[in-house]
Amino acid sequence: MERPLTKHIIPGSSPLSLKEYIKAGGYGSTHKAMKEMTPAEVTNLVKASNLLGRGGAGFPTGVKWSLVPMDDTNPKPKYLVCNADEMEPGTFKDRYLLEGNPHQLIAGMIISAYAIQAQKAYIFLRWAYKKAEAELRRAIGEAYEAGYLGNNILGSGFDLDIYVHSSAGRYICGEETALLNSLEGKRAVPRTKPPFPSASGLFGRPTVVNNVETLSWISHIVENGAGWFRGLSLTGTGGTKLYGVSGRVKKPGIWELPLGITMRELLEEHAGGMEDGLRFRGVLPGGVSTDFLTEKHLDVKLDFSTVAAVGSRMGTGTVIILDDKTCPVAFIHNIERFFALESCGWCTPCREGLPWVEKMLASIEEGTGKIEYLDILKFQSKYMGPGNTFCAHAPGAAEPLQSGLNYFYDDFVRHIDDKKCPWR
Amino acid sequence: MLTEEENKEILEEVKHYPYPAVACIDALKIVQHHRGWVSDESIKDIARILMMSNEEVDGVATFYSRIYRKPVGRNIILLCDSVSCMIMGYESIYDYLTKKLGIRFGETTSDGRFTLLPISCLGDCDHAPAMMINDDHFNNLTVKKVDELLGNYR
Repeated sequence: MERPLTKHIIPGSSPLSLKEYIKAGGYGSTHKAMKEMTPAEVTNLVKASNLLGRGGAGFPTGVKWSLVPMDDTNPKPKYLVCNADEMEPGTFKDRYLLEGNPHQLIAGMIISAYAIQAQKAYIFLRWAYKKAEAELRRAIGEAYEAGYLGNNILGSGFDLDIYVHSSAGRYICGEETALLNSLEGKRAVPRTKPPFPSASGLFGRPTVVNNVETLSWISHIVENGAGWFRGLSLTGTGGTKLYGVSGRVKKPGIWELPLGITMRELLEEHAGGMEDGLRFRGVLPGGVSTDFLTEKHLDVKLDFSTVAAVGSRMGTGTVIILDDKTCPVAFIHNIERFFALESCGWCTPCREGLPWVEKMLASIEEGTGKIEYLDILKFQSKYMGPGNTFCAHAPGAAEPLQSGLNYFYDDFVRHIDDKKCPWR
Repeated sequence: MLTEEENKEILEEVKHYPYPAVACIDALKIVQHHRGWVSDESIKDIARILMMSNEEVDGVATFYSRIYRKPVGRNIILLCDSVSCMIMGYESIYDYLTKKLGIRFGETTSDGRFTLLPISCLGDCDHAPAMMINDDHFNNLTVKKVDELLGNYR
């Protein structure tokens, strides 16, 4: 089985230096793209590969790029931004790539910036990722020295500078337009869309924002072609995926596997099944902003369209397991508290709705909840849903809430009837 | 008053941007780096350099979790309280820390040695529970391990 993204990553040891990465075949595709391909050819190749954005939304990367205006009359600069603000609870895949192989990301960013003719690129990095920051800064320094960054890269006439921006900490910075406000030194509240960043992004200029895992693919696709990429997945979507498992399983961890493996295979073969004495009750398939799946969904293929078909989302591909010794109400309360704290406060359903939901859940967990709270929670999960809010923050929060109420309703009622948490 | 060094560092950041206010977060971080936190006086000083109103700078300062608007201890413990760490028992680490240090989330020890704060997911969910002390990252926490770690921070 091919593992293009992680083949050079050895957990616990330093990432490859530029010299070592080149020896292993890295940056070859940077030469290829700049010397043998036009920007449009690169974009078309990525379009043909059907690379879907790995940040969680699954938007086709090539399509995003093709929305950027390419005529020479457009004033400079354009921007490429790497979204490395990984902060969704239960998600630990970008950190693995950033710490494990920063040159893979940089090589991908050079080609991506070339495709959209961006002269400046930012890596918007999670504040807490100190090791990743050190590795990135070192790798970027090496790339400048070797002439992969700076002016007239590889004699192509193309200039690119990459800056690392370490954030000041807020989950909403991962929303791409909030991220752009934050890069401009402002409060990270999302922007009205349209215009989309491809037309008016950072400093009002055309901007593409892509996730770390997405950009890490680009050099491999240029090197091996769109057909190769599509062949890597089991579903025809294209590519492998970093899948992670956390919770009370025997071997929590992260693995690069073909897109489209089943949840059962991930849990049983890779994560080693549940810890002894524990029973599986449910799973959030891609971070805390995705709907629960249960035992009956274990044979679902983990791909964007197949997970969506059973009422959840692929999200980040890092799954969180709920076991029978963990209280589902406490589990959901923890998640809603996170979303309430991280709401930027811009729009009412999110700013007011999330703390209300959090308080009701806390009350139920403490044994003072009332049965009518359950109807209010159900109503709230719709009211905070898509179409009623300014961005995807509250709709994301509504997903584990609505599906949790659905699958674990009896456990909520038991808290209210017994006036205490049965797990405590 | 900002020190000469703080002033210089902030103006260096301003150079990289189309207009001064873009350097607001950088400026807050620079001041915090030197002083540990950002006072009302520093907010006004930053506003003046960046040609912003005091309220605009404070709006940015209070938005971000890692800008401290109150004094903090010499060492900052950031304990992850997100869901994967909850499943794996961060609460027992929290209970231990509150007992050992006599402070809860948001508080500082009376000798100014530690401030204890919650933090969202540190991206280490397969080695939960996780925390940071200052810039250092720790995982697979046990009470014993935390007890040993604290001794390294004076």
